[in-house]
Amino acid sequence: MTKEESKNGSDDMLIDGPKQGNVIPDGFNPNYLKVYYGRLFPHADIFKWMSYGNDGRHPACDKSYFGRREFSFTLDNDIYLRFQSFNSESELENSIKEKCPSKIDIGPVYSVDPAKRHAYAQGGDNVFAPVERELIFDIDITDYDDVRYCCSGADVCLECWPLMTVAIKVIDTALRDDFGFDHILWVYSGRRGVHCWVCDGKARRLTNEQRGAIADYFRVYKGNENSNKKVSFPGPLHPFLVRSYTEVLREFFEEKLLLSQNLFSTEERYEKILSMIPDESVTSELRGKWQENRRSSNSKEDINFFRWEQLKNTLQSGKQKVQGLRRCVEEIVFAFTYPRLDMEVSKHRNHLLKAPFCVHPKTGRVCIPIDPKDCEELDPTTVPTLSELLRELNTGDSRMDVDNEWEKTSLGKSIRFFRSSFLQPLLKSCKEEMESGYKAKIQQTKNSLSW
Amino acid sequence: MEIVRSQRSRTNTPNDSVSTLPLYRYAPQLEVRLEDFEVFAMDRLRVLKGISDALARGKRPEEMENLVRDLWKANMRHPEASEDVNKDIISHFVLRLVYCRTEDLRKWFLSMETALYRYRFLLGSSEAKRALMEEFDLPCKAISRTEFENAKEKLEQVARSFDQPLPTADAIFYKVPFEEVPELVAGRRVYIHKGHAYVAMHQVVSLVVTQFRSNLSKALILTNRKWTSTIREQERDRLTPIVEALSMSYLGPDYSQTKEFGEISIKDLDQLARSSFPLCMRHLFDKLREDHHLKHGGRMQLGLFLKGVGLRMEDALAFWKAEFSQKVGAERFDKEYAYSIRHNYGKEGKRTDYTPYSCQKIISSTPGVGDHHGCPYRHFSEENLRAALGRMGVGSRAMEDVVDKVRNRHYQLACTLTFEAVHSSSCDAGINHPNQYFSDSHKILQPKNNNAA
Repeated sequence: MTKEESKNGSDDMLIDGPKQGNVIPDGFNPNYLKVYYGRLFPHADIFKWMSYGNDGRHPACDKSYFGRREFSFTLDNDIYLRFQSFNSESELENSIKEKCPSKIDIGPVYSVDPAKRHAYAQGGDNVFAPVERELIFDIDITDYDDVRYCCSGADVCLECWPLMTVAIKVIDTALRDDFGFDHILWVYSGRRGVHCWVCDGKARRLTNEQRGAIADYFRVYKGNENSNKKVSFPGPLHPFLVRSYTEVLREFFEEKLLLSQNLFSTEERYEKILSMIPDESVTSELRGKWQENRRSSNSKEDINFFRWEQLKNTLQSGKQKVQGLRRCVEEIVFAFTYPRLDMEVSKHRNHLLKAPFCVHPKTGRVCIPIDPKDCEELDPTTVPTLSELLRELNTGDSRMDVDNEWEKTSLGKSIRFFRSSFLQPLLKSCKEEMESGYKAKIQQTKNSLSW
Repeated sequence: MEIVRSQRSRTNTPNDSVSTLPLYRYAPQLEVRLEDFEVFAMDRLRVLKGISDALARGKRPEEMENLVRDLWKANMRHPEASEDVNKDIISHFVLRLVYCRTEDLRKWFLSMETALYRYRFLLGSSEAKRALMEEFDLPCKAISRTEFENAKEKLEQVARSFDQPLPTADAIFYKVPFEEVPELVAGRRVYIHKGHAYVAMHQVVSLVVTQFRSNLSKALILTNRKWTSTIREQERDRLTPIVEALSMSYLGPDYSQTKEFGEISIKDLDQLARSSFPLCMRHLFDKLREDHHLKHGGRMQLGLFLKGVGLRMEDALAFWKAEFSQKVGAERFDKEYAYSIRHNYGKEGKRTDYTPYSCQKIISSTPGVGDHHGCPYRHFSEENLRAALGRMGVGSRAMEDVVDKVRNRHYQLACTLTFEAVHSSSCDAGINHPNQYFSDSHKILQPKNNNAA
């Protein structure tokens, strides 16, 4: 979990309490949160998820499992409570309702209850250390600031948000097809990015080194303002990159991003792309064409599209047998569109990550799950906000079952999706794993006892 | 006389059977002269040190292979050829005793022995490799003809991506859970499908090495326990003094204990940054002054460096606060950043006193978007590097030498040349730690300052 939010520290989103009648002004404040945690936040679902089947009655259930998970709460006055742990669903729920945290983070499952950590040494046998943790990814659109012109910093709009959609598609496919993971949850981070939780047992038991390896497998963009070329393909592409390019990235770049970001429309912008081509003769040829070619006879065709075609033709014309140019087109496409992950988040098991269904304090939006098969549908500007949900609660049917008030609201869709697409299949698989593991263990003891 | 008690082994086969590459599973049941104990260990240490230096200079795998062959030949031959294997095994186990005693020592030894093992494996014949694979009991399975045909196109793509020859019809590939070959996964050097990596014969070294590393890592912990509980005391008059002397002989100063704390005050920092900071730290320092902010990687690299230079914690807090407040405000600094500075000085959390990063660590870091840490000789484009060196006052002739070193990936040599150019004096030892650069620089400049006064 990074403590650095963007420098937008202004308080203009905070408004004092609800005003007249049923009108709930937009904003984010502790009173709204109290209602949210009281009536909408899916405590039971989070508990079930985090228990991974250990809350059942099967003999193989580990009763200590949930209690060894770290949660952390950020309170309203920026007080930060780490190493919170709970032994039951009600303890979790009561603590959240009582403390009303503006943010809830989820950490790893430790070897012992985090509350007892001081009794344990740092090394040797009796150690306090993470033993299980989901494989997580954090993609933040501010990491793309050098390639989006519509927004910068914490802002997001419908022109640049598709970069996140593309990232989800590339990573999700790889996690399933390449790594064989099944239980994957994608979540909107509430403002400017997405989080991914891979929850298979195999994933939870990965070591730091293995996580680092997966993160590096996904790493393509290398560098920052100090280096020149951020994407470099010295040789033909690995099958994973080939698939990402042909199935997602090329089409996205050529049919969406080129136009929505006007990548070639000004000198400053096309120079940025030219700086990615390591051949003077090519770049000067193109520059020559574009400097004079303000408004040419090709005014019917979009200038970005036209110049991109020119660039591709020049590079692929075969005139250039120079080494570094063979995959220049791919390098440019990847530089703009390929997912940029925060390596540190994924590499360390003890890294904390915000829990789904939290409300983002700066936007008031709820961190709802995203369906990777349908990720283009997510519009960050219409994700339910805290105040909207409260309004829906107030105007909703009061005869409905008190337990499932979220069904009255737009949150209902998200919770239903969470359950059917993610939680149920996950718990089913956990149960199966537990049962087969248990059977195998019984068999083993039987075998060792027999003479 | 037996040196160490042998550990339980699963098989009864003698240590030095078919392959000349031992598994080091259990200590030899041999008589060893005390003299040989020390000499064998020193010879092996010379090999490990050679590997360590070469890695720090960024030598390529092909160069490393040759280097290891030469180092081994030069140091590990025994006058009686039949005793070669015993020397190998004995020296390894002696060094286990020497390097098991702290986390840092273990880490270094583990890295070097793993590198040594890797290159010795690569130098062996296909037959030896195959035999060793079986000894290691790895969770991999050769793929069938059908599986090969199905995956052929992808396997060819991978081979092409690394300029390797395409797999022939009778090529052997092993299917292995991806968790077993993290380095291959990280480098995208294998085709992965549904959780299994398709590993070529020549890559099989990765499997072996991972297992070797894991076994050795566990063994070192056990050895440490044995050492502290029985051996050290038992061998007080005989082996212990030798073991303790051996460990001092390599890993130079780590700058975790600064000699004079408080020697540097905040007002000196700007001037010191210009005169005595290595480029990596100067860049971070300048960016901090410019942006009034640094991301986590930069805060760690620069913060620990300043600690090593002698900046007291109170001064460090004041310094960082003065900068960060201009960007995020004093209150936010206190809430969000002060804690980690205190953490660096060992005043929070588990109270580890963190060591300033060495060049090796800095060179291998991976700065991303918005970061300014890392090694400029490695991470900057040539153009940016030239500009930065120019600002440091490096003349045009020296600059060409530096850039030449960088092109050959000799980053620390490049930094050494920079040092020499800036200070107009030679640095024979070579730079391998930013704090070393600083203290060497300080040594040269201080007497001048005193004379001037």
